[in-house]
Amino acid sequence: MNKCVERLYNGIIKENPTFVLILGMCPTLAVTTSLINGAGMGLTTMVVLALSNTLISLLRKFIPDGVRMPAFIVIVASLVTIVQFILQAYLPSLNDALGIYIPLIVVNCIILGRAESYASKNPVLPSLFDGIGMGLGFTVGLSFLGAFREILGSGSIAGFQFIPEDYCIRIFGLAPGAFFVLAALIAVQNKIRLAHGKKVKAVEECTGHCATCGKTCEERKEED
Amino acid sequence: MKELLIIAIGAAFVNNVVLSQFLGLCPFLGVSKKIKTASGMGAAVIFVITVASFMASIIHNYLLVPTGMDYLDTIVFILVIAALVQFVEMVLKKISPPLYEALGVYLPLITTNCAVLGVALINVQNSYGILESVINGFATAVGFTISIIIMAGIREKIEYNDVPEAIKGMPIVLITAGLMSIAFFGFSGLL
Repeated sequence: MNKCVERLYNGIIKENPTFVLILGMCPTLAVTTSLINGAGMGLTTMVVLALSNTLISLLRKFIPDGVRMPAFIVIVASLVTIVQFILQAYLPSLNDALGIYIPLIVVNCIILGRAESYASKNPVLPSLFDGIGMGLGFTVGLSFLGAFREILGSGSIAGFQFIPEDYCIRIFGLAPGAFFVLAALIAVQNKIRLAHGKKVKAVEECTGHCATCGKTCEERKEED
Repeated sequence: MKELLIIAIGAAFVNNVVLSQFLGLCPFLGVSKKIKTASGMGAAVIFVITVASFMASIIHNYLLVPTGMDYLDTIVFILVIAALVQFVEMVLKKISPPLYEALGVYLPLITTNCAVLGVALINVQNSYGILESVINGFATAVGFTISIIIMAGIREKIEYNDVPEAIKGMPIVLITAGLMSIAFFGFSGLL
């Protein structure tokens, strides 16, 4: 049981996918125009992640090593299609708001990253909790960004207007605002890291290949 | 003809794939340190996206729609893209080693690049025909290449600037991207 709690803690705080690992950038920036959209995207991803981790962990002994990635991709793509159907049926407004970014969950680094680095090596229950933890971490990150942008960009929170529209900074609701808000959040984190005597995050050296996404920079550098 | 031109300009500039749709951010942030690597990545992306939108559009229009299985779009597209990238890599290695040398490193990175799948899905969403899909795919990829090369050019200059310690690395790149995104708003007057 302890292991499951540890997985949840790991996903939400220690290895938070948005703030610590900086993974899954596309949805992070694209759908966080409001708190509801951010949280909706986060939760959708969490469902897919928890299910895919469970399935992949169940099948880990049957999937040959050579066709590992294609097998994972098929599993994830099927789950995403199912989840998309459910959203279309029961939450059509969220489905419209997220649009093309729902099928794009398939190529979200976090999902393949977790499948590769955790679920394919560990038993079912910890994998399920790893998925839930990571998904919650992602949800927290997206909700945070979404809330920030909604307050600054349209003066409301979850649709409740509390700043008159004339005083809003519209740009934060548009594309550039997403870059600025994320830049500010990472800069604040860097400031804290520097104050603790740690180094600034050097993300650019270790992005690109999604198959290795779940690993830390150091692991990847060793491989190279 | 006019319609195709509108699709092309719209995809390359107005709805720039990176700066306004946020697709393909991984390589945009990851491989934009030098102009040379950025243009290599751009060339590989142009090639793969154009071929992928052609294949995806054929499969969607002639296989999935007639059999009523267009709900399988996502699964089929991602498999086609993954297989295509592998295939392109093999063919390039055999036919043109110099080209493989130049693009080879970037090809595996493209499989899980959300821009490729994204364009295929956008084509389906807008119910584009085959020619329109190819034009849209090509223009989108050109838009990606333009923005990644501009980004690389700016980053080569940023190297020599005195950036505050906390903003070094990721934040300054994101701020640059945000400013570029504002600049690209100017293109919305084109259409």
